[in-house]
Amino acid sequence: MTVAGRASGPAGAERTVAPQVGLLVGGLVLLTAVAVLSMGVGAHPVPPGDVVRALLDYQGTDNHVIVRDVRGPRALLAVAVGAALAVSGALIQTLARNPLAEPGILGVTAGAGFAITIGSALGLAAGQAGELGFAVIGSVIAALLVTAVGRRSPLRLVLTGVALTAVLSGVALGLRLMLPDVFDMYRFWSVGSLAAREQAPLALPVAAIVVSLAGALLLSRALNALALGENVAQTLGAGVGRVRAAALVLITLLCGAATAVAGPILFVGLIVPHLVRKPAAGSVPWLILYAMVLGPVLLLVADIGSRVLLPTGEVPVGIVTAFLGGPMLIWAVRRYGAGSL
Amino acid sequence: MTARLTARDITLRYGDRVVSTRLSLDVPDGAFTAIVGPNACGKSTLLRALVRLMRPEAGQVELDGRAVGDYAPKTLAKQLGFLPQDPLAPEDIKVRQLVSRGRFPHQSLLALWSPEDEEAVTEAMAAAGVEDLAGRPVQELSGGQRQRVWIAMVLAQRTPYLLLDEPTSFLDITHQYQLLGLLARLRDEGRTVIAVLHDINQACRFADHLVAMRDGRVVAEGVPGDIVDAALIKDVFDLPSVIVPDPVTGTPMIVPTLQGE
Repeated sequence: MTVAGRASGPAGAERTVAPQVGLLVGGLVLLTAVAVLSMGVGAHPVPPGDVVRALLDYQGTDNHVIVRDVRGPRALLAVAVGAALAVSGALIQTLARNPLAEPGILGVTAGAGFAITIGSALGLAAGQAGELGFAVIGSVIAALLVTAVGRRSPLRLVLTGVALTAVLSGVALGLRLMLPDVFDMYRFWSVGSLAAREQAPLALPVAAIVVSLAGALLLSRALNALALGENVAQTLGAGVGRVRAAALVLITLLCGAATAVAGPILFVGLIVPHLVRKPAAGSVPWLILYAMVLGPVLLLVADIGSRVLLPTGEVPVGIVTAFLGGPMLIWAVRRYGAGSL
Repeated sequence: MTARLTARDITLRYGDRVVSTRLSLDVPDGAFTAIVGPNACGKSTLLRALVRLMRPEAGQVELDGRAVGDYAPKTLAKQLGFLPQDPLAPEDIKVRQLVSRGRFPHQSLLALWSPEDEEAVTEAMAAAGVEDLAGRPVQELSGGQRQRVWIAMVLAQRTPYLLLDEPTSFLDITHQYQLLGLLARLRDEGRTVIAVLHDINQACRFADHLVAMRDGRVVAEGVPGDIVDAALIKDVFDLPSVIVPDPVTGTPMIVPTLQGE
């Protein structure tokens, strides 16, 4: 028997082969390059060499201060948010067996927006910490509601999520139209941005994202079993109900934390799983690993774009991802056929 | 005859529809058991109850004298391998990767792929005759090849029991016989095989133990040659027939006497 090549892979992988490891390493190299680039680009450009020195050998020059205190945290935030959105997208698409599913269908995004609207209407969601708190509470409650009603089947879940999203968005919109101040405040949150968000208390959301990403990898082998159908998963000993519940918790944490810190950033959760589906070749562990690398790359590139596209200031990153994501989605459909959707 | 796997007075129902009432069955160890009967007679439901996909409302399914419901999921999964009628192959998955998923019950949360996993997968693929397909995408395979790949997946689970729900449906006649031959060989190697089969003649030829069901009840069970006669076929299928010896194997062969209306 010939074995083409084996390498030790993630704990969740059923059997790993060299090309997949190579692709992952390539992705990590790309991610590093894009991260360094993103820390150099902006109103005050810093050359890549200086970026690396600022991180490894901090001297306290202006450039180093910018990298360490502003752009570094911002890049880190982009990496965490990008990975969280992409992995939660991969999870929800796997769970719902629907390639058009995105983490927002659990009502997480609408719940966060609703809570922030209520919070600002009551005058409680002032400042970034307040916004963050309301966003977290809103997304968790919304996701709990949707999963409580819809956890019995993927279709029910999607329908419940869509229904709740419509209700929450409608009520929140009504409130904002009646209260112009609230509308103003919401406007900045709702476009999705990484600008100046690096100054918010980020330790908790970023920690939640890191823990959830690890959880997603641990769960991926059970999701591999679930991908063979409920009957097979159950008789393989994967406990369908528990696996599904765990995945829903992870999706809520990832998407809720990302939305709370960066606002609703569309398309990353939808498009990244599509882009990595082919190389993952039906394996959930690889899908998650690739999403974990490509999501940050996409968001960093979008964030760089948000800083250089307009000479006068910043375009919110949520708008850049929409512009990047639209064509990418069309490209993915043309490349892999509608079957990939 | 010994039987590690038994159903004791089980009552099975879907919502308001009672499928079986107080059904009992001993599955003979190391034999090929075929469950036959008309559509909606409860044969697939019984199979689902045996592998704990369905919980009996009353009574229980026992393995080694202990209710299957009391086993930890992975412990039971090391004993009972099951192939449903409609397994889903993820898009783009390759044959070997699909077979590898049968190792799930043997892997702990953090375990890496072990030499034992590797060996089990290689062995399962050889037993099901799909080694040559290892690198092929499952979706490109023919129906017969795909079914053998799924059986290899269940074999990689390394269970003493193999339960299959109508494994021959959707296969052309050649592949039906090849598949049943494979199941008989697996039985010869020591596994206990339980299959719901559609074709009573195939069941008579390949099974050691035939279970004939109707309306959720076991009408008759035993060695096909001992229990199959025209009266039984009339009882179970409402079909007038004559029974002749299969010219190849000597097992009972049902020839319906119905001609047109």
